[in-house]
Amino acid sequence: MTMLLKVDKAVKEFGALRVCNEISFEIQAGEALGILGPNGAGKTTLLNLIAGDLPLTSGRILFNDQDVSGQPANKRCTMGIGRTSQIPRPFTGMTVYENVLLAAQYGRRKSEADSYHVCRDVLALTGLLPLWNTVAGNLRLLDRKRLELARALATQPSLLLLDEIAGGLTDHEVHDLLAILRQIRAQGVTIIWIEHIVHALVSVVDRIIAIDFGTLLIEGTPDEVIHSETFRQVYFGIDTDLEPVT
Amino acid sequence: MDLGIDRIINMLVQGVLLGGLYVLYGTGLSLIFGVMRLVNLAHGDFIVLSAYISLILAGFGVNPLISIVIVVPVMFVLGLPLQRFVLNRTLGKGIMPPLLITFGLSVIIQNALQLGFSADTQGLDAGALETASITITPSLSIGLMPLLTFVIAIAVLIGLQVFFRRTRLGRAFRATSDDPEAAEMMGINSRHVYALAMGLSLAIVAIAGILLGVRTNFAPALGPARLLLAFETVIIGGLGSIWGTLAGGIILGLAQTIGAQINPAYFQLSGHLVTLLVLVFRPTGLFAVTRDK
Repeated sequence: MTMLLKVDKAVKEFGALRVCNEISFEIQAGEALGILGPNGAGKTTLLNLIAGDLPLTSGRILFNDQDVSGQPANKRCTMGIGRTSQIPRPFTGMTVYENVLLAAQYGRRKSEADSYHVCRDVLALTGLLPLWNTVAGNLRLLDRKRLELARALATQPSLLLLDEIAGGLTDHEVHDLLAILRQIRAQGVTIIWIEHIVHALVSVVDRIIAIDFGTLLIEGTPDEVIHSETFRQVYFGIDTDLEPVT
Repeated sequence: MDLGIDRIINMLVQGVLLGGLYVLYGTGLSLIFGVMRLVNLAHGDFIVLSAYISLILAGFGVNPLISIVIVVPVMFVLGLPLQRFVLNRTLGKGIMPPLLITFGLSVIIQNALQLGFSADTQGLDAGALETASITITPSLSIGLMPLLTFVIAIAVLIGLQVFFRRTRLGRAFRATSDDPEAAEMMGINSRHVYALAMGLSLAIVAIAGILLGVRTNFAPALGPARLLLAFETVIIGGLGSIWGTLAGGIILGLAQTIGAQINPAYFQLSGHLVTLLVLVFRPTGLFAVTRDK
């Protein structure tokens, strides 16, 4: 396996507040990595640093052996880093198809004709095909989450960053979502996924890192991390439902 | 005052056609605000600047209407670095920096024009076309230039509509207008989109400026008054709405023409009053679509 992403001593400070404290980790191509941590631990900030929404205070981010630390978000997207937001942000005035088409055309600079097949596949995978002509502003939450995922996929990422994509969904909806995520994995897309719904996360990812107060606490297989003393301390009092969803 | 039916029809037709020019004033202003929430206080001065560029070309014997094909690309190209190197730096820092910078630009353009062309009024001579008219009935004749202006305004709006709905770049404009950060996540360079939007805005301004110059005399200090008309058009129609801008321009043109019938001195005043009424009763304009989050 080859290394796809290397986060090297990433530091992010907002004034005196250090929200990301020398976090380092690597992810191999094809791997799925979960990020756990309590609210305010710095998970989303870490994702923003990788996607380029925020500049690093210090440290480096290497993608495909290239230092992308200085690249803006749109450049990183065209290089193959796709992401979804915790709160879906569809272009509300456009249809579902236009949203996805835009991502396909700008993400990998494809012509409209080439994009068509990408859009079709992505809409079919995410179950949005029947809603293709709906104005995105009228979608309900589950479909907004699907669109968020569909748009990220339409940019044809080699690395997909998911920020609490299962948050706010019912168990049944989470179940559907997991099926989609497994298919995305099967297509060889590398995934970094932040999620509070632990049983969902562990059923998809190979490896987990847990962070708190901007510091990486522990890294390992889902089993190792969840049964570790450190993790239990951080999550003390939180019921971690360990039954994997099948 | 004789207000026969012919007079009224004549007045309404002139008012609508005058609105065509205001539509062209307002469109560029609305476009910029819609895409990047930037209020360009130098908008009117760019209109006047375009008229002067056409005047320079007239010195080489180029008919003003032909000069459109030169002035439009010139203004478009001017817009790119203006946005890239000047205005992009002011975005995202609150509302004051863009206002101050564009106000400064307005002062600079006015003074540069005065320096280069003196404060004298100038006019663009479009030849016989300028006074040509079509006689519909003995009491109603339509000037060819106002008609042409109106047709061009409609054509520009249809062009914009097709651009926004049907092209890849148009969709990128809409996406960036809606949520620039989300657009960045899709691989869209919002700063580049802003530059192209400014280019497009100034390209429309170029058409407006030349038609202004053919219609009436102009002078370096005339910009702010054009800006006011552009604002009024956009306020009446509603920001960000293409067809609202059309309605805004026509309503403003009608208000001025009708006001002038009552008393020639009411020409400007009646337009301002209508704008004021819209602001009081429907502050977002009649057809607003641009939402701020």
